[in-house]
Order: sequence, then structure tokens, then C-alpha cells
Amino acid sequence: MGSGNGKTKKKPYGKLLIAGILSVALYVLLLTKQGMINDYFSRGGFYAFLPIIAAFLFSIVHGSFTGNFWTALGIEAAKKHKGVK
Amino acid sequence: MHDIVREAANFINLDSATMIYLFLVGFVGGLVSGFIGSGGAFVLTPAMMSLGVPGLVAVASNMCHKFPKALIGALKRAKYGQVDVKMGVVLGISAEAGVLYGAHIQEVIKKAFGDAGSNLYVSVAFVIILSVVGGFVLRDAFNTYRSGSTHEEEKTTKLAKWVQSVNIPGTMVYFKCLNARISVLFTIPLGFATGMLAATIAVGGFIGVPSMIYVMGAPSLMASATELVIAFVMGVGGSFKYAMHGLVDIRLAMIILAGSLFGIQLGAIGTTYVKPFVIKLVMGVIMAIVLFSRGLMVPVYLSQLGLIHKLSTTTVGMLKSSSFAIMAFALIVGAFIVLRAMWQGRRAERELTAREEALSIQ
Repeated sequence: MGSGNGKTKKKPYGKLLIAGILSVALYVLLLTKQGMINDYFSRGGFYAFLPIIAAFLFSIVHGSFTGNFWTALGIEAAKKHKGVK
Repeated sequence: MHDIVREAANFINLDSATMIYLFLVGFVGGLVSGFIGSGGAFVLTPAMMSLGVPGLVAVASNMCHKFPKALIGALKRAKYGQVDVKMGVVLGISAEAGVLYGAHIQEVIKKAFGDAGSNLYVSVAFVIILSVVGGFVLRDAFNTYRSGSTHEEEKTTKLAKWVQSVNIPGTMVYFKCLNARISVLFTIPLGFATGMLAATIAVGGFIGVPSMIYVMGAPSLMASATELVIAFVMGVGGSFKYAMHGLVDIRLAMIILAGSLFGIQLGAIGTTYVKPFVIKLVMGVIMAIVLFSRGLMVPVYLSQLGLIHKLSTTTVGMLKSSSFAIMAFALIVGAFIVLRAMWQGRRAERELTAREEALSIQ
């Protein structure tokens, strides 16, 4: 799957597992405590930082999970043409 | 006090069907965004509103999922060398100003002509911009395909050559994606227009990407990747502004993000398998279909404003649901082209690798 060159790249199962557990934990927390979270996050003013920080946190954790997810499935960028100079 | 804000925000109850629906719409939106740099928002906002989310909360929550999505997409595409961070930040800052001005115009129109007037303005902006820019992008993609020059490097337009040739001392900046210096006096209005469009129709990329390609002379792949930086810069500022008023429903934003981060990674990977004209093709096709969808709504708003005969409730209902269905169809068609192009690209690469290996064994 694009790994050619005789070498088979190691699949990032460990990273996938860790990021997956953290990501699920974040979503479980968000949904089980939604009443309290919405209460604080919708207060406006200084509390506006809360949704922004949460968005960054979720994007890093869940982004790492989804990135490793496709890599583990063997779906990676083309090796032959990087397209752009 | 916060109860009042909470009440105003009127956050909906989430059941599992709603969450799956948002996750899937997020995935398809993310896939298209990862590929063409924008898109998805025009379906996500009405999709949330169809669940009973108030308009402003839908816009705010959409924006709060957009900037982290754009961040991950930009990081991924930067790995492939497709992102010009400087161009993204320069355009993003002027786009931020465009967003503020665009929102101000919306408020003025809403005060003067009410909701129908504001909706008519949005639809007319959609129709004019999508027909002009979308038509141009689509024609260019088809011409490239028909001429059989899909393998060749993209040609810089005459306009872009002229823009790159203008030297205004004290304003010249070098941009990697152009491999040339251009005056910021060109980038500022283009960024501003991108922001204004983002504030009006939620998809600034329909101006941002074509302007980077045709006006400044950036390759399609770099333009669509750099648009993600612009979306990030605009999105952080916009989300903060809405969050200051307590309008972001973080649950909605993060559930859409859950799906869209799967999509954006896949869309970004997809760009490494396709020829540059496919980016233009996907963008042009989506713009053309969305144009048709918004065009259907123009008579509804004209009738609400009393400018044409009053339409029956059934007709209005039919036009509204057809418009939404066509808009969703636009996104699905875009996602289909991306996945198909990626599938073909991967198959071609596998065959090439197999042939190379066979040759090396001999």
C-alpha cells in the first residue's frame, strides 16, 4: 500500500491505542458532564476561552487518533509524486 | 445571569441518532475540506438548524469545529509541502477584517429589511459569486481535461503574471507558493473579499482558493492547502467572538469535529494521488450544484418581501427541502469525486510499484 521499496513500515498501533483511549475519554467526559460543561462554556465574556481551549485539545488528541487510524489501515500519502514544488 | 444567556442559546438535547447524523455530515464535510480547502459549512449550518438549533448557535458551533479541523488539515498538508504559512496568515488577517465588515453589512440589512431581506442578500451573493467564479473554475478544469494536458504543470494566468510583475516599493512580499514577490496591496483586498464571503455564505474558500490560483498564480494544490490556514486564522477569531456571547454549543462542535477529523485527514491524503485539475473540478462541481440549490430559494425570499406574488406554503416547503437536498447532494458528489480519484491514484501507484519491483528482480 504505497510502502514499496522492499521495506514494510511499522503500523502505529501503540499510538493509535493511546490516542484512541484519550479521545474516547474526552468525548465520554463531554457527553456525561454536558450540563455542567454547557453551563460554563456558554457564560460568555472571559469564559469564551473555554470552548477555544477545548477545541484545540480535542483537535490534537482526536486528530492524532484519526491520523494514526488511516495509517494503520495502510491509507497513506502517495510516495511517487508529491505533487508540488 | 448565565441562565439568561443559556436560555437565549437554547441548546438542544442530543440523542444518539442526532450524534450519528452530525458525525457523518462532519465526515463528508471534512473530506471535501481536506481536499479543496473549504466546503462543508454550507451544509453543516442548515443541517444543525434542521435539528432545531437556533441560527446563531449553528453558525457559532460550525465555526468552532472549523478552526481545529482546518488546523489538523493544514498540519497534514504541510507535511506534503503544500502549505504556504505566510500567505495563509497574511490573507487570514485581512480576511478577519472582511468577516467583521461582512457581519456588519448583514446586521444593517437585517435591521432594514428583516430576515427575508437578509436571506435574499445571502442567496443573491451565493448565486452571483458561484455562477461567476464557479463557472470559471469549472470551465478551466474541463478545458485542462479536454486538452489532455492534465499531466503538465499548471499554467499561470495572464492576470497572475501581471500581478506578479507589478512592483510597488515598500509593499512587496515573497510568497513560497508563488515563488515570486507580490504587493500586499493585492493580497489585502483578496483576503478581505474571502472574509466577507465567509461571513455571508460561510464558505470563504470559494473566493480564497480561486483568487490564489487565478489572480496570484499559486498552484491548485498549494492554494487549497493554504486556504486551510486562512480558515484557521478566521475561525479562531470568529469562534472567540461568538463564544464571548455564549453562543457556541461545544457538544455540537466537537461531535462534528469527531467526524470531520477522519474526513480531513483522508481528504488531505487524497490530494497526493490526484492531478491538480481534480481540485478545480471538485470545487467547480460543488459550486455549480450549490448555485442551483440557492437559486431555488430566491423566489421564496422575494415572495416574503412582497416583490413577487405570494407563494403557497406547500410550494415554499417544497422549495426549501429541495434546496437543502441539492446542497447535501453537492457535498456527496464532491466526496465521491475525491474518493474515486484517490482510489484510482492508489491503484495506479500500486501497479507502478509492482512493475518496479518486477524489474528490480530481473
